[in-house]
Amino acid sequence: MYGYKGKILRVNLKEKTTKVEELDLEKARKYIGGRGLSSKILSEEIDPKVDPLSPENKLILTTGPLTGTPTPTGGRYMAVTKSPLTGAVACSNSGGHWGAELKFAGYDAIIVEDKADSPVYINIEDDRVEIRDASHLWGKVVSETTKILEEECAEKVKVLTIGPAGENLSKIASIMNDVDRAAGRSGVGAVMGSKNLKAIAVKGSSKVDVYDPDKLKEVFSKCMKKIKENGVTGEGLPTYGTAVLVNIINENGIFPTNNFQTAYFEKADDISGETLAEKYLVKREACYRCPIGCGRYCKVDDIEGGGPEYETVWAFGADCGVSDLEAIIKANFWCNEMGLDTISAGATIATAMELYEKGYIKDDELDGIPLKFGNAEAIIEWTKKMGRAEGFGAKLAEGAYRLADMYGAPELSMTVKKLELPAYDPRGVQGHGLQYATANRGGCHVRGYLISPEILGLPEKLDRFSLEGKAQWVKIFQDLTAVIDSLGLCLFTSFALNAEDYSQLFNAVCGTEYTAETILEAGERIWNIEKIFNLKAGIDSSQDKLPKRLLEEPIPEGPSKGWVHKLEDLLPKYYEVRGWDENGVPTEDRLKELKIITG
Amino acid sequence: MGKKVYNLPLGGGSMKVKVKLFTTLREGRGKELMVELEEGDTPQKVIDILNIKKEDVAILLINGRSAEFDAKLAEGDVLSLFPPVGGG
Repeated sequence: MYGYKGKILRVNLKEKTTKVEELDLEKARKYIGGRGLSSKILSEEIDPKVDPLSPENKLILTTGPLTGTPTPTGGRYMAVTKSPLTGAVACSNSGGHWGAELKFAGYDAIIVEDKADSPVYINIEDDRVEIRDASHLWGKVVSETTKILEEECAEKVKVLTIGPAGENLSKIASIMNDVDRAAGRSGVGAVMGSKNLKAIAVKGSSKVDVYDPDKLKEVFSKCMKKIKENGVTGEGLPTYGTAVLVNIINENGIFPTNNFQTAYFEKADDISGETLAEKYLVKREACYRCPIGCGRYCKVDDIEGGGPEYETVWAFGADCGVSDLEAIIKANFWCNEMGLDTISAGATIATAMELYEKGYIKDDELDGIPLKFGNAEAIIEWTKKMGRAEGFGAKLAEGAYRLADMYGAPELSMTVKKLELPAYDPRGVQGHGLQYATANRGGCHVRGYLISPEILGLPEKLDRFSLEGKAQWVKIFQDLTAVIDSLGLCLFTSFALNAEDYSQLFNAVCGTEYTAETILEAGERIWNIEKIFNLKAGIDSSQDKLPKRLLEEPIPEGPSKGWVHKLEDLLPKYYEVRGWDENGVPTEDRLKELKIITG
Repeated sequence: MGKKVYNLPLGGGSMKVKVKLFTTLREGRGKELMVELEEGDTPQKVIDILNIKKEDVAILLINGRSAEFDAKLAEGDVLSLFPPVGGG
């Protein structure tokens, strides 16, 4: 089989059984793989109404057909499950080397079912799969767990694990791999924790076969040239990492500050990619087969590790009013060790800071570490306590929406579908705001990165305040992103590559016959099955919204001063271009056209 | 790219414009400069003064709004210049 390995590993933790099943190739090609195929499998195998932290939920760790191949950035895997944070379908994506290793071991995906009676980890060496006791790992941070497994498993084993946050069922817990790469969003780490599954160690020895190696060589050269010559993927990201965005986003006045109370941060340059490179960068890091290498490795005092990324710098920085980059690097380090999503963790602390300053949270809850905007110590200490669910940290571990709701002020959480919004104020980027409101996993930037045309001018420059054509742009970006994720490639390639490039890579590796048009249709198919899952889970269009603040309170200062988000004007058009009815429900006709249903 | 760090202000006209530079454009030039221009001068004039190649500027903002190289600058404007940047 080409691209795909043709095997899915099913592990039942209750029964302690493992089974290898054949991949349904036709279905795989229709839904591409990874995010698409696994969302389809999840939809078929669980009731969308299940409690996400119950044994009935399943966790699918899945690769794309290009994962483990020589395609540029072909090393991604995804965690697909029902999210305990949002109740919606979750697909959290990560790089590093673990995903490729799973393919080398012979599997396209692992489906984890039920719940172990006590902590376990799964050890995979090609076709030898064991469920092992993990009581000695429980409670340990990510780097320590990884180190122990590297010693007790096969040589050069790749380790995926949760930290204490996932064990404690924090709704913002991540799944970590290769120590510092994260499948961060939607609380996928808590699903692993709820199953008493601490880690999965993988070692493989096979290759991924390619359908047409000569054709792949040709398409590969073309794509590599584009990636190298593109200013973003060839220079900006390699030199400065993702934090290169800090200044451009701030200069546009869309850098959310103090929990989105404003959108311009006076001290942005103190926490920028430029400052990071100048003062703290030890080395660059690249994921499997990545020609970009945006990963950072930084050191401050006795702390060193991967990151921080742009989103992290924002969440613990501007969103918390903190301009101390050393403190941000430390908070990032503790997120990685505890297995916490850095966006959600920082944004939740920012929400807590507003709740504190407005008198909802009192000092007697806070162990002497006040949650004031600008308090650098607070972001470090509360991150550690969040990971361990200590004291008030247990409330933070629930995420921003539930925290604000506990104090009767849910409107102070800057969330969509309970997922904390990332680092772009939608009031100054109208298309990007529409994408926040409609993304199937909630308030997310990497389901359709409209920042690219609205701010960066790629592939073409759009007026960021205009509503014209934005619904169509959002749809195309969402569909194309579903393709890239499902193939097992990194979204950052899309600064340089287009739908045609992706279809050619897919065809060369797998022998498929996709075109730019039909691969986008596959992306749309994936988007629609995710949507249907959400509707069945009870998440309807009433949740396609933005926080009240962003719709009603104009940005008070800076280059985007005076703007609110005009969601009401954009949403009907979006439903229309998707071929959905006015309630945001996919029509039968559209589902037939997309071959999701027959007849 | 020049290694010289400029003495401020540059230009010599009567209209003052603040120029903010980012990433590689800072090399040899610094982060922030005050440029003195004539009425009707444009961002093109500014990059000429600073010895910046047009193709090295991917994003050009005047007061935080996207603008072109031939836009007319006004007293007190802030001009921000970026090479290609991206991330997420």
